[in-house]
Amino acid sequence: MNTFLAAALAGAAMAVSVGGAQAQTGGLLATIKSKGVLTCGVGPGLAGFGIPDQAGNWTGLDVDLCRALSAAIFNDPTKIKFIPLSSKDRFTALQSGEVDLLSRTTTWTMSRDTSLGLNFAGVNYYDGQGFMVRKKLGVDSAIKLAGASICTEQGTTTELNVADYFRSNKLKYEVVAFASSVETIAAYESGRCDAYTTDSSGLYAQRLKLAVPADHIVLPDIISKEPLGPVVRHGDDNWFDVVKWTHNAMLNAEELGVTKANLDEMLKSENPEIKRLLGTEGKFGEAIGLTNDWAVRIIKHVGNYGESFERNVGMASQLKIARGLNALWTKGGLQYAAPIR
Amino acid sequence: MTTIPTETRQPGKASLLYDPKIRGYAYQILLLAVVGFLVWSAASNAIENLRAQKIASGFGFWHNAAGFDVNQKLIPFSASGSTYGQAFYVGLLNTLLVASIGIVLSTFLGFFVGVARLSSNWVLAKLAMIYVEVIRNLPLLLQLFFWYNAVLKPLPDARNSIALPGSIFLNNRGLIMPNPQFGPAFQAVVVAFFLAAFAAIAFYIWSKRQQERTGKQYPNGLITLGLILGLPLIVYFLAGQPLSFDLPQQGRFNLTGGLQIYPEFVALLIGLTTYTAGFIAEVVRAGILAVSKGQTEAANALGLRAGPTLKLVVIPQAMRVIIPPLTSNYLNLTKNSSLAVAIGYPDLVQVFTGTVLNQTGQAVEVVAITMAVYLTISLVTSLFMNIYNKRMALVER
Repeated sequence: MNTFLAAALAGAAMAVSVGGAQAQTGGLLATIKSKGVLTCGVGPGLAGFGIPDQAGNWTGLDVDLCRALSAAIFNDPTKIKFIPLSSKDRFTALQSGEVDLLSRTTTWTMSRDTSLGLNFAGVNYYDGQGFMVRKKLGVDSAIKLAGASICTEQGTTTELNVADYFRSNKLKYEVVAFASSVETIAAYESGRCDAYTTDSSGLYAQRLKLAVPADHIVLPDIISKEPLGPVVRHGDDNWFDVVKWTHNAMLNAEELGVTKANLDEMLKSENPEIKRLLGTEGKFGEAIGLTNDWAVRIIKHVGNYGESFERNVGMASQLKIARGLNALWTKGGLQYAAPIR
Repeated sequence: MTTIPTETRQPGKASLLYDPKIRGYAYQILLLAVVGFLVWSAASNAIENLRAQKIASGFGFWHNAAGFDVNQKLIPFSASGSTYGQAFYVGLLNTLLVASIGIVLSTFLGFFVGVARLSSNWVLAKLAMIYVEVIRNLPLLLQLFFWYNAVLKPLPDARNSIALPGSIFLNNRGLIMPNPQFGPAFQAVVVAFFLAAFAAIAFYIWSKRQQERTGKQYPNGLITLGLILGLPLIVYFLAGQPLSFDLPQQGRFNLTGGLQIYPEFVALLIGLTTYTAGFIAEVVRAGILAVSKGQTEAANALGLRAGPTLKLVVIPQAMRVIIPPLTSNYLNLTKNSSLAVAIGYPDLVQVFTGTVLNQTGQAVEVVAITMAVYLTISLVTSLFMNIYNKRMALVER
């Protein structure tokens, strides 16, 4: 039903607004500034990545990127309208202009980047697809899932990867696909499926929602590459740059050791790289339509990438996910930001 | 006297403007032009914008490899060789399956409840009333969730299936039963079945004529049953029992082999059937109440008992009132089957406007196709019901 609505909206928006947002002078950034609010498409509730806390405030790694953008634009991390989107509805919502960007564990793939009319502005989490099963099944590897029923969410790369995996290993299986993660996990818990599959970060997050999380294990196999990142529409290069460099600024801040706590000291730093990041030298912020202290605002309100990671999904969170692939390149990981110069 | 020139009586050329017929046409043409322009400009704008955003458009995706699997399907479908077009047919057939079975079952249940509500048996009438009021006043989506959980939760897991007689197993993956494997000689049985059906119809017509001529009644029901069951059975044994069964086997996770009825299908079918039956019951009740009480009294006066009165006098007249709203309930059931998306039954909306739309990103095309399909199904259903209605309608003399 949601798809119908979203698609109808898409059709209507495409049909009625000639040229849509990008036809306006100044592009999306100017529109956001004049509206005074950033509309951010997030997940419908995935612990660590995008979920409202007890007070109703959205938190998570993906949410922090929206907050960083809001901080960079408005010097206030709260001027955001969050729109929770299921996997199935997310692209239509972005294409139709319902949201300014998607920041909700979306895998960067070639077809999405090209034929959907979207741009991926970076990778804020390197993930891979895994499986969760009940401990009492005695399964210790995905290859032993021959003949199993597997619950998954519709409209995901997961749905395709699981087909690829079982096909290439010549194993039989039964897929049961649901429209949203809530229904998927409920069906898994009710025993409809032997295994639940999604990105492994998602498995750890969803396991927390189960009645007895300790009864379930995440299998060690990773069957796919899932680079997750923020997504914007084609056709507005300035907005694409703003999102891309907001993410890069958070990574560069971590690499240069600039944190929420030491920000004031760092503003006095003589290190030219830090000076360029914090806008005490050069006019990098103005070049993308923001103020030169844009990165200062991000770090002051949200912190650097490492801080956001630890707070939301790392050791300081319930999920306790190790940095692994998401460590900086200087520490053996894959997170590598282009320099600000 | 010479004739008066007609020109003086006829309105002049200028008064064409005031000719109501021509005005009517002009307005209709104008309206069509406006609607046409709106549709054209909306379509061309959509195409323009899709192109501007570099979003793929067109129907080329139809023949692209699908790459995903579907568990419940009536035609072969697999991730390895099937296309999005085949996924569409999988979804369409699943929709038609649940809608057609749902229509049949809800009609029976609805008629039963509708008649029961008018029963002189107080308990039965009140139970029927409670059923109708509860079912009609709860959202269908909620009922589907209820049935899905009611079907799933109490059942054991696949390793502890409930074994029913005849190698039938019941667990939270569904009902698994022996899958009939038809031998080549089974065709003879099918032919025998159709022959029997023709014979039964022929006998029915003959016996009606006999009854009209002589008043003698034949046990039509028994003879029909005997023909339709008996003849194929005799042929079956003569052909050397060309039917074997693929029995379900306990596998590591699931039972393998056999014919599986999935819980999603059962939940959706129960939900749609009970919900629509609630509405049909009211339609039936209204239809029966619309038949004048005098008809029943007249039938009683002729000595007909309650059963034949209902069957021969009341229902045929009630049908005239019942059929039009019944049609709209059938259409509703078909359209409501799209709520399958919530409980994971792969109907058209779930497979096509769900997975296919998302994997291809072609929302406009996919939604347009889906709307066209539902429209077609609804119009075809309406057409048949209208033909039926015409046959049942009061023939005015």
